[in-house]
Amino acid sequence: MADLRSNFVGIKSPNPFWLASAPPTDKEYNVRRAYEAGWGGVVWKTLGAEGPPVVNVNGPRYGVIHGADRRVLGLNNIELITDRPLEVNLREIKQVKRDYPDRALVISLMVPCDEDSWKAILSAIEDTGADGVELNFGCPHGMSERGMGSAVGQVPEYIEMVTRWVKQYSRMPCIVKLTPNIADIRKPAEAAKRGGADAVSLINTINSITSVDLDLFAPEPTIDGKGAHGGYCGPAVKPIALNMVAEIARSAETRGLPISGIGGVTTWRDAAEFMALGAGNVQVCTAAMTYGFKVVQEMISGLGQYLDDKDITLNDLIGRAVPNVTDWQYLNLNYVTKAQIDQDLCIKCGRCYAACEDTSHQAIAMLPGRVFEVKDDECVACNLCVDVCPVEDCITMRELPLGDTDPRTGQKVVEFGNWTTHPNNPMAKAAE
Amino acid sequence: MTNSPLTPGLAAARLPADAIAAGFSDHEPPLDPHEAAVAADRCYFCYDAPCVDACPTGIDIPLFIRQIATDTPEAAAATILSSNILGGMCARVCPTETLCEGACVRETAEGKPVEIGRLQRYATDVAMTAPQPFARAAATGKHVAVVGAGPAGLACAHRLAMHGHDVTVYEARPKPGGLNEFGIAAYKATDAFAQREVDWLLPIGGITMECGKALGRDVTLTQLQDDFDAVFLGVGLGGVNDPGLGAANGVLRDAVDFIAELRQTEDLTSLPVGRDVVVIGGGMTAVDAAVQSRLLGAENVTIVYRRGQEAMSASDHEQDHATGAGVRIRTNATPVAIHTGDQGAEIEFAYTEDGPGGLQKLDETFRLRADQVLSAIGQRLHAMPDGLVVEGGKIAVTGPGRSTVAGIWAGGDCTAEGEDLTVSAVAQGRDAAEDMHTYLMGGKNG
Ligand SMILES: Cc1cc2nc3c(=O)[nH]c(=O)nc-3n(C[C@H](O)[C@H](O)[C@H](O)COP(=O)(O)OP(=O)(O)OC[C@H]3O[C@@H](n4cnc5c(N)ncnc54)[C@H](O)[C@@H]3O)c2cc1C
Ligand SMILES: Cc1cc2nc3c(=O)[nH]c(=O)nc-3n(C[C@H](O)[C@H](O)[C@H](O)COP(=O)(O)O)c2cc1C
Ligand code: SF4
Repeated sequence: MADLRSNFVGIKSPNPFWLASAPPTDKEYNVRRAYEAGWGGVVWKTLGAEGPPVVNVNGPRYGVIHGADRRVLGLNNIELITDRPLEVNLREIKQVKRDYPDRALVISLMVPCDEDSWKAILSAIEDTGADGVELNFGCPHGMSERGMGSAVGQVPEYIEMVTRWVKQYSRMPCIVKLTPNIADIRKPAEAAKRGGADAVSLINTINSITSVDLDLFAPEPTIDGKGAHGGYCGPAVKPIALNMVAEIARSAETRGLPISGIGGVTTWRDAAEFMALGAGNVQVCTAAMTYGFKVVQEMISGLGQYLDDKDITLNDLIGRAVPNVTDWQYLNLNYVTKAQIDQDLCIKCGRCYAACEDTSHQAIAMLPGRVFEVKDDECVACNLCVDVCPVEDCITMRELPLGDTDPRTGQKVVEFGNWTTHPNNPMAKAAE
Repeated sequence: MTNSPLTPGLAAARLPADAIAAGFSDHEPPLDPHEAAVAADRCYFCYDAPCVDACPTGIDIPLFIRQIATDTPEAAAATILSSNILGGMCARVCPTETLCEGACVRETAEGKPVEIGRLQRYATDVAMTAPQPFARAAATGKHVAVVGAGPAGLACAHRLAMHGHDVTVYEARPKPGGLNEFGIAAYKATDAFAQREVDWLLPIGGITMECGKALGRDVTLTQLQDDFDAVFLGVGLGGVNDPGLGAANGVLRDAVDFIAELRQTEDLTSLPVGRDVVVIGGGMTAVDAAVQSRLLGAENVTIVYRRGQEAMSASDHEQDHATGAGVRIRTNATPVAIHTGDQGAEIEFAYTEDGPGGLQKLDETFRLRADQVLSAIGQRLHAMPDGLVVEGGKIAVTGPGRSTVAGIWAGGDCTAEGEDLTVSAVAQGRDAAEDMHTYLMGGKNG
């Protein structure tokens, strides 16, 4: 099988699958079992400053969005950073790292936004043997009210300043974990880079209220009749995370900055997608919290098989899709496709018809005997029918070859042309 | 003394009481809320869904399933019951494999339809813990006679009552329900469901139930025409076809009669059944009689049908149900005689051949031991009052149940419309009620 060994900013692990800083990495017991199950590395649950640890709510911490069969699609939490004493965490980290030298162990940190606090915590973790630090500038609830977490992550100047302190007081590789609760993800990434970060990791959770209890009239999870927004994660956030990873990967200012991809990674395929968009490795939380540590075994076998099938290395995969991420204005407007329905696969549910007739372009005909056919002269190729069809590959998009006439527009399919040169674009540059 | 399946002749309690109770328990237990959510999620919410067309009462199936999926089974039940007031019974007895589920696109796709019947039961079970949800319109002062309190008559009466008409139901038997109460297999409608359903739907108000009053015996059609503004006949098929085997010394019995006794027997360990039972016929009644004989402890139960297996009106699903219960199915044989003697009774069959010239009886015969022969070769209409046209053995109707006599409607098994199923009877009773309502409120009758 393909070699999955990973080297992320000098931190080596037997595979690119790390557990993200969260309950799965909260203590020695978990981390040992995670390593035994096959995880390549962990980012330890975020440590705070020395002194009395934070306290968590004693009511429910999670909200959830379920799909079919109560499949967890999205999870929301109001948990804070570790609520265990610093000394206990440090002792455990040291023991675990000693017993698993080949696995990555990164410590996540969050302390008040002043130089002394950061200096103190960095010296406290100095001799744990950990491989690196991750700066938690992401948690969007609780800690942010105290000027930490996403309160820092939303101000690029603070990110740069703290990253600088960390690089000044520690030899360890420094990963800056970004919050998605911001308008343009490139700004905090640029700030981290300026501060000297070795990498960024993203995304942390998204501000969210998952549901409202319609008897109590309070957000869930409900704590004694009240609820606060939490942070959203799980499969539902993957599209948001993928976009943010891609934005950083393709931006001129941050290109080449290593990225640890996080957000909804549930299967090997999700991981491969993050890596294709530029992530050097991935971190996982919700999938492990939903299915247990064993999920990593499917990720390992699946990614290995994929690399074998494609006959590429892990490094070949990383960033391979980045050149194909572009802006809308550069898309080929002369690329014409039409939906086509495979009558042998069609089960006659009529979903494509309802979707196209009611909400799209009235481009599907319903013929006697529940036969559904695409009208090429109406189809704009939006592919909504493909998306709502319950049968895989029953409806596909067929590309019209150059020179063919599009029956909808009566125009011939011609060579590449995008919006920048389109006649309807008042800003169009004359084609040279 | 205890009996066993091997006890010769007719005997009760061939199986221990708990085995009989288990056999006659709910044969398709209800879905729990999680199972219902999972099952509901499989529905594709098809456009102009084929399952709806396949339901004789046209229940909006995708809508009610979506209402279950969104955790509002009460709303789902309202969707079901507004089309089919006996949606609870239909959920239990409909041959869904030939109706809605047979048309489900997931049957086409995977051979596994959405479990529409069980989902319908899930919703209606919830609804039946509360009063029936329909309000009666302001009284119209019109009075309708409904004859027969089977599915057709009940659906008709409920719909008429909803529109504000007063209804008097004449039912020959001591209890309402028709074949729901006297015919359906016991394990399909456990816990006195048929009576519970009637008790639940009647409180809409405006319906007077006159049990033990038969048309033709206690009241005449002319009287009803004189005393009421309209009449609905939902009398079912009271007569049975004669297998032509003579009196046969008490061995031969009609299957519908056997099932009716079974349905009315409180303690099934007191009901005698033969060691060797032979059922003649190829439909649902034959299957139900055979399976229930096995469940009572008969050792050998054989269904014998005169044509080929493909011609049996019992669906594949029902045939599988029978064979799964240990019933043997023999085809292409027709009974010619019953022989009784010291060694016990036997029934003799002639082999048959189905050809272009119709069904031919061959010379060769065979015999089966038979302590009990149950005849399930079809039911027919009892004699009808003069004036009504009977065609092909059923009351002739056009459109929504209009008989040949103005002011008289008919529906259910007693007419030739649709298949002889509970759900078809409900649809016809309901549609006739709507048509009668139009007529009573000054519209035209045909
Ligand atoms: C054994 C058996 C099993 C069956 N199993 C199924 C099944 O699993 N699923 C299914 O869908 N269908 C099944 N059916 C068919 C189904 O029961 C009938 O199609 C349905 O009951 C017809 O309803 P109906 O109202 O027309 O007639 P019935 O249910 O027969 O009701 C007619 C009513 O009219 C009354 N009546 C008759 N004559 C008079 C009179 N002169 N005066 C007053 N009242 C009168 C009768 O006593 C009866 O109560 C089965 C039938 C039988 C016989
Ligand atoms: C294909 C598509 C096009 C949309 N176009 C617009 C738009 O032009 N203007 C707008 O305000 N919102 C637009 N929206 C957003 C929707 O109005 C809506 O806010 C969003 O889809 C979230 O609602 P929903 O997911 O519950 O449907 C669009 C959504 C979709 C799916
Ligand atoms: S691609 Fe869009 S426009 Fe074309 S048939 Fe499908 S739904 Fe209609």
